[in-house]
Amino acid sequence: MKTPNNPYAPKLARIVETEMENATVKTFRVVFEDQAYMQSFSFKPGQVGQLTAFGAGEATFVINSPPTRMDYLQFSVMRAGEVTTALHMLKEGDLVGVRAPLGNAFPVEDMKGKNVVLIAGGIGMAPLRTLLLYMLDNRADYGDILLIYGTRSPDDFCYKADMAEWGARDDMKVVETVDSACTLWTKCVGLVPNVLLDEKPSPGNAVAVTCGPPIMIRFTLEALGKLGFTDEQIITTLERRMKCGMGLCGRCNIGEKYVCVDGPVFTMAELRELPPEL
Amino acid sequence: MMASLFIVSKDIPQWLAAMAKTRKVFATQRESGAIIFKPYDPGREVVFERESVTSCKEAVFPQTKVLFSYFVKKNPETGETAGVAIEESLNKPAPQAVVFGTRPCGTKGFLTFDRVFDCDRIRDPYYTSLRERTAFITLACDRPGATCFCHWVGGAPDDPKGSDALLTPVEGGFLVEAVTEKGEELVNEARSLFAEADEKRREEGAAVRDKAKGMLTPKPDLTDIGPALEKRFRDLDFWEDMTAACVSCNMCTYLCPTCYCFNITDESDGQAGVRLRTWDACMSQQYSLEASGHNPRPTRAHRMRNRVNHKFWYHPKEYGGVISCCGCGRCVKHCPGSVDIRRILLTALERKDEDAE
Repeated sequence: MKTPNNPYAPKLARIVETEMENATVKTFRVVFEDQAYMQSFSFKPGQVGQLTAFGAGEATFVINSPPTRMDYLQFSVMRAGEVTTALHMLKEGDLVGVRAPLGNAFPVEDMKGKNVVLIAGGIGMAPLRTLLLYMLDNRADYGDILLIYGTRSPDDFCYKADMAEWGARDDMKVVETVDSACTLWTKCVGLVPNVLLDEKPSPGNAVAVTCGPPIMIRFTLEALGKLGFTDEQIITTLERRMKCGMGLCGRCNIGEKYVCVDGPVFTMAELRELPPEL
Repeated sequence: MMASLFIVSKDIPQWLAAMAKTRKVFATQRESGAIIFKPYDPGREVVFERESVTSCKEAVFPQTKVLFSYFVKKNPETGETAGVAIEESLNKPAPQAVVFGTRPCGTKGFLTFDRVFDCDRIRDPYYTSLRERTAFITLACDRPGATCFCHWVGGAPDDPKGSDALLTPVEGGFLVEAVTEKGEELVNEARSLFAEADEKRREEGAAVRDKAKGMLTPKPDLTDIGPALEKRFRDLDFWEDMTAACVSCNMCTYLCPTCYCFNITDESDGQAGVRLRTWDACMSQQYSLEASGHNPRPTRAHRMRNRVNHKFWYHPKEYGGVISCCGCGRCVKHCPGSVDIRRILLTALERKDEDAE
């Protein structure tokens, strides 16, 4: 039995497909059991959801499929703790719980007509995937698109099939980079911030969106500053430990803002207004 | 407020028994030497002379709350998941409850909960279902303790805000004033136990309250506490100094009437499981520890900074200037390291014009 409007109650969703992205990241494609709910479900690129592995608990992941492709919702889960390990045990046909959508989204309306630079590191590609696919599905609305995606080694890339497809397109540029040279890797070698400086995207009529590990973000922000991007032109998505996803349980606050409801998407200008506690 | 009534001390158990017929009653009773809020046991004495160690938040915000239970149905042939049956605990109506003998500060703690759990943005059904069915019979304080500072944060020893009825201790018994209809109902159900309070008793009650207020120490002006804390944000030396004696026991958060942070976890036994909401503590190292190993609040100093800032800067900023500390002093009185939040506030105010390095 369900109580209407209980924000803690997950909706049941069936796993229709899974895929190992790399050694630790598993992607799940899920469909709500309630067909009417699935049909009426809507979200914006960048919003997150809570996935339940029944018996283990809940954890937060971005919906990395775009709202323009509603055959399923896609989540990518890096195995790190109890809940993510339990999620990794699940396979096609199993049921998960989903509470979504939560949080805010990328300002896709404000970004219309602008050139977009996407800068991703590691699993930080997940939120940028939904944004990129959304823009590609509304291609005429956006200017030049540049994607710089870096990982430690070639094996660590996620969404390898997507990357091949994006790389083959002539209406965007993709730069894949790894931290250090290795055999059979013929593409770019170098840390993401340095590759960004080499690419020299113009800040004119542009927006930069970045997501990745804190150390990469730090140097990427410096690099964007050198290139002439202002705080209003830089967008990032933040990670925090979360439980409730509705601004109640307390742990994801930065000052008076909660990453789970006021975020995860912030402009640098917005972050500068908050106490420095990243 | 209805007219003042009077009840003699020895009739209090009868009043409690009358209320307990149809309601869950929480009262301050002794347990292993400490005075705590517990479900009322007629075999135990209700203690009035000292404030309880625990706050009454358990009544509306239980330490452990089952959000729902579930059962994962497997196909016995293939072992595949056939379905998950979810049963929400909200389907069972919450019992009516009375909290008896909480002090004005502790009662007001729920006004902080109300702002957070029952607002335009969100209405938490687990909270509101218990909150609506709980009444507070508050005991005005006749003498403030050394750790009390309700008057710093807008309270008073006889503040009726948030209470349904207010008791004032007088010779031989208590003056009783209903503040809300709920409170009036609780009095009327046992009306034969109460007498009209004559003028002499009413004057005595007023004198008790005035005396308590007269005993309060001078209060600092906290108008600028938000900006003063903002000035100290980057000053980790300040926070390290203030938390040097903290042993990260989390007691301050568990006893606090306004601390509402919680955790959500699952407990399972085979195919059956429950999702639990339990009290959590921002002073714990695990609280904000991320899966990657990164922790935005890695030390006690960072965590205390967040706890104090939340009550005196972030919460007021979000909720029209209202400080979320109720000044009960439990975190001061019961801290094993004698960390004193008043000292933190006063030192921050003293240094409000001084920039951090």
